[in-house]
Amino acid sequence: MLDDRYALAFRLYPYEHSPDQDAEAPVRHPVVVQGGGPIGVAMALDLGLQGIPVLVLDDHEGIGQGSRAICFAKRCLEIADRYGAAEPMLDKGVVWNLGKVFHEDRKVYEFNLLPEAGHRFPAFINLQQPYFEKFLVERVREAQAAGAPIEIRGKNRVQSVEIFDDHTRLQVETPEGGYVLEADWLIGCDGAGSPLRGMMGLDFDGRVFQDSFLIADITMKADFPTERWFWFEPWHKAGASTLLHKQPDGVWRVDFQIGWDVDRKEELKEENVRRRLDAMLGPDVEYELVWTSIYTFQCRRMKKFRHGRVIFAGDSAHQVSPFGARGANSGMQDVDNLGWKLGMVIRGEAPDALLDSYCAERRHGADENILNSTRSTDFITPKSKISHVFRNAVLDLAQEYEFARPLVNSGRLSVPCVYDGLPLNGPDALPGGPLRSRVGSPCPDAPLGNGFLLPQLGGRFTILTVDAEAPDAVAEDGVTATRLALSAADDTTGALAERYLGAAMSAVYLIRPDQHVAARWDRYDEPALRAALRAACGKGHDR
Amino acid sequence: MTILTTTPNIPDGDGFYSDLIAAHDGLSDDESAALNARLILILANQIGDRAVLTAALDAARPKPR
Repeated sequence: MLDDRYALAFRLYPYEHSPDQDAEAPVRHPVVVQGGGPIGVAMALDLGLQGIPVLVLDDHEGIGQGSRAICFAKRCLEIADRYGAAEPMLDKGVVWNLGKVFHEDRKVYEFNLLPEAGHRFPAFINLQQPYFEKFLVERVREAQAAGAPIEIRGKNRVQSVEIFDDHTRLQVETPEGGYVLEADWLIGCDGAGSPLRGMMGLDFDGRVFQDSFLIADITMKADFPTERWFWFEPWHKAGASTLLHKQPDGVWRVDFQIGWDVDRKEELKEENVRRRLDAMLGPDVEYELVWTSIYTFQCRRMKKFRHGRVIFAGDSAHQVSPFGARGANSGMQDVDNLGWKLGMVIRGEAPDALLDSYCAERRHGADENILNSTRSTDFITPKSKISHVFRNAVLDLAQEYEFARPLVNSGRLSVPCVYDGLPLNGPDALPGGPLRSRVGSPCPDAPLGNGFLLPQLGGRFTILTVDAEAPDAVAEDGVTATRLALSAADDTTGALAERYLGAAMSAVYLIRPDQHVAARWDRYDEPALRAALRAACGKGHDR
Repeated sequence: MTILTTTPNIPDGDGFYSDLIAAHDGLSDDESAALNARLILILANQIGDRAVLTAALDAARPKPR
């Protein structure tokens, strides 16, 4: 009845009897998170660190095996850092900068990500998803020890849900039988196949891609460089395209595109997986199989991520192709966006309408991710003869002509979206200000003394001044923004000035708790700042 | 050869490429080839520089590998 659907990599939250199971009447929790994957656990961390009691229900007792997501982007690490979980990820992860693109038997070109200096985190790390999840759960344990009201219940499967205007009622199954509990707010972090979405009969529309990919994670004795290699139509014919990526522990991810009509069972037999790997690696390379899987994918999203007291985050709300690493990375941005808003609404600091902005902003992000990953997919797996002709023409030209290289699309790596033109935004009144820190942008990091800027932002509203005056704190309708006073001279590398001043001499930024820019000016203007603070809390642009 | 622009010059390259492929949606192979021919002639007229067109023709010819 509660059989595991997958094997565990780490058994981190074994089933324990909860007093809720013996209660006379269903116990009410402020927030229940359905699903203890990376997004659910990050959600719990965000809320728990704000002091909001949060209960995670997962139908397993730990983290599933298999590496699944492997590429974690800078923004994702910055968010994890805000939760205090990024350090072990950075220590364990593999950093890569060099990528090579091949077509048939020749190298088309190579590229270097050339990471910009002056950021605490690299553009990407490669890390097996189970490690990412484990570090998040370990951070939960640490936060619990320090008093954060977080609880994770393993082997607690939500069987059914009843929706009311101001709460939900959940029927939960455990190895000892069922019980009922209630939640003021229910967050669905239960993955692309979301049982919660199914129970509520909600839409999840989009495009199905008719292709399958065989993943093999292997360990090799051979010494391959730490680079990303992508083959279009490789000579070895082991797949219509093939990707090779390095992970920690000497593990390599090999990803073969194997077509639509495949016999999954047959393809996953070890001898058949080895046949493909042998063709690619050559007969003399010794390797061991760590994990194999076949996946197909779709690009789709829900029309609305919020349905009253039920809110969806991560893959349950939107699903993308794996090209570009936009799954887990965008889910972490959902959590980053939702956490502070839900916290403010629960504390009574902001109106319920603030949560509608979560849907507007993250839907915008999901659409951008779906667009990018769809384009990559169409380039990697051309759907018609003519698109195949164009694709190969780009690859032919790219070998000789630089102009064609930006058109080669083997995955546009995940960057956070900018909430351009969305309702929480205030004025962008910094003439000559840099485009990258415009209103709606996530704040770019910059060096600051011996550390970095971003750790000083987030978790609250901040008035960031660069060579400008402002009060130490401004309170508006129960919400306080506190000042971080900087000078361009604080960063001798010039990155702070380049990223926050541009051609301006001084700047005042209002920064949201998720480190996105809410408004900016060339000087402190109290009425304008108060109005922007109200707008950023979903209280409208009027006073 | 230096007469040709061979460095990236198309803003939003991914968007352009996507529109280019979408322009062929639903066309037969012959219709696609005809669309390409029309497109090349339109673009050639836009370039309008005989020397550049010669260089472009040269660049597009198959190269021995």
